[in-house]
Amino acid sequence: MRAFWREYRENWIAVVALAVVVVIVLAALLAPWITPQNPYDLASLDLMDARKPPGFVGSEGYVHWLGTDAQGRDLLSAIIHGLRISLQMGIAAGLFAMTIGATLGILSAHAGGWVEAAIMRVVDLQLSFPAILLALVLVAVLGQGKSQLVIALVAAQYAYFARTAYGAATAERQKDYVEAAHATPLPGWRIVLRHILPNCLPPLIVVGTVQVANAIALEATLSFLGLGLPPTEPSLGMLIANGFQYMMSGRTWISVYPGIALIVLIVAINIVGDQIRDQFNPRLRR
Amino acid sequence: MLGFIIQRLLQAGLVMLAMSALVFIGVYAIGNPIDVLISPDATQDIRAAAIKSMGLDLPLWQQYLAFLGRLLSGDFGRSFVFGTPVIDLVLARLPATLELALASVLIGAFIGIPLGIYAGYKPESPIARGIMAVSVLGFSVPTFWVGLILILFFAVHLDWLPAGNRGPTAEFLGVQWSFLTKEGLTFLILPALNLSLFKLAMMIRLARAGTREVMLTDTVKFARAAGLSEMTILRRHVLRLISIPLVTVFGLEFGSTLAFAVVTETIFSWPGVGKLIIESITSLDRPVMVAYLVLVAFLFVTINLVVDLSYALLDPRLRRGGRGA
Repeated sequence: MRAFWREYRENWIAVVALAVVVVIVLAALLAPWITPQNPYDLASLDLMDARKPPGFVGSEGYVHWLGTDAQGRDLLSAIIHGLRISLQMGIAAGLFAMTIGATLGILSAHAGGWVEAAIMRVVDLQLSFPAILLALVLVAVLGQGKSQLVIALVAAQYAYFARTAYGAATAERQKDYVEAAHATPLPGWRIVLRHILPNCLPPLIVVGTVQVANAIALEATLSFLGLGLPPTEPSLGMLIANGFQYMMSGRTWISVYPGIALIVLIVAINIVGDQIRDQFNPRLRR
Repeated sequence: MLGFIIQRLLQAGLVMLAMSALVFIGVYAIGNPIDVLISPDATQDIRAAAIKSMGLDLPLWQQYLAFLGRLLSGDFGRSFVFGTPVIDLVLARLPATLELALASVLIGAFIGIPLGIYAGYKPESPIARGIMAVSVLGFSVPTFWVGLILILFFAVHLDWLPAGNRGPTAEFLGVQWSFLTKEGLTFLILPALNLSLFKLAMMIRLARAGTREVMLTDTVKFARAAGLSEMTILRRHVLRLISIPLVTVFGLEFGSTLAFAVVTETIFSWPGVGKLIIESITSLDRPVMVAYLVLVAFLFVTINLVVDLSYALLDPRLRRGGRGA
């Protein structure tokens, strides 16, 4: 672990990206305590403050550093709360998709035969189908809400994990030590849990980081289209969508700042994921 | 070869069958089918009569067969919102989407491939690094956000291009097209650019990886020894060698372009099928949803089939009846 960190430290861009991710996660965790306003408490909103540019001092007496939106919400507070929801959805979807995908992938690699053929056929079919379309359909069928959205995101993403786990597990299955373990009276599930699963984890973690970023982007896209979370829990996508209508009249900050927050988060997670992948990849090792 | 074609045709048919079953279960069986097929304003008597006449009292598998039969004859029912046959609605909107998708795929190919070849030819140059940075952004930044920035910059800030809608069209082969009028073309640029970003990034990566590999082969060494100019080598040898994977991805990407058009069309209020599906989801217009899903699935399967078959034509190893990957 220490050696891993030492190598990681050599790439300063990746270090900055990691710092950004940590700061955003902390800000999201502490959102209720560090933001000047609770953006969902309608009583604290004042329409007199609506659509004011960044730096405006509102009726509550503090500075709106990033301006306010159409309801007079402090945009900085709304963005931090939005990041909180986006991260929640991304991490929840990523973890569920990873669990389901890894289970299916390892199971099919271990079971072989028709189980393998059936599962991997479905997975391949799904990989050729764009994730956004599948998520769109599921949201349309299931309706709106947090858990429905997570289900849609998981369904759209588990296939990537299944493919990755399957690839890693089949490679592992053919190694001598696994065959040796099979020769002992150990039960099959124990070999899978103790030997195959740990060796599948590194690639899964890499795919996992990237897929969390993808889930956040996908959630933002769905929310932007008005098909994501209900308006009572605005994620970044919805903040951007709300600001979109004011963009033509020059009030660009309502959309632009939530968008920048979203991009910074996604790009930072991707850079961290790339660095981890490079370090796990033995071919790139010096 | 014939065996290969038959095998792929069977596979495509099977996939379509599975997709139609999924759509049937998703939209008809999970949702209340009565709400799907009968307008909510209908009276009790009309409802009862409709349930009987549409066979909704029959067992599920019989309903599915009837559903399949209607699909095959092109009958998707009537839209609740517009009151017109769904198939007409979708077909009327399809040219706009096809045009947008085609334009964006072309942008991706004609800009992405040269940039990718350059980045693979001189991987250490600062320009190549810049190209790669752009392609990373193209992969990770969500389409809708890029669309917003494009509108903000080119339509609001610079006021060069229109921010949305389709603009004037001209008729060709009985269908309205934007690219035939000069003004229509200006409406097409921003959405097409927005939609092409992902493809652009992908083409750059593929072309770069292919070029780097081909540049190390003997083909290039001999071509250089024969005194061909670098430009000729890139055009005649490198481009030809990297074209097979590019063609595959090109074809496959066309399908996903149609899907991503949903986002782009919403931002630029482009009147295509993508905008139609979003409208139908928000207004719970289920017949339109079914028609769109079946149509997209059909397009996907067809594209996959065509790509597979053209791959077989391009690659002599597959032509001799070898097993397809």
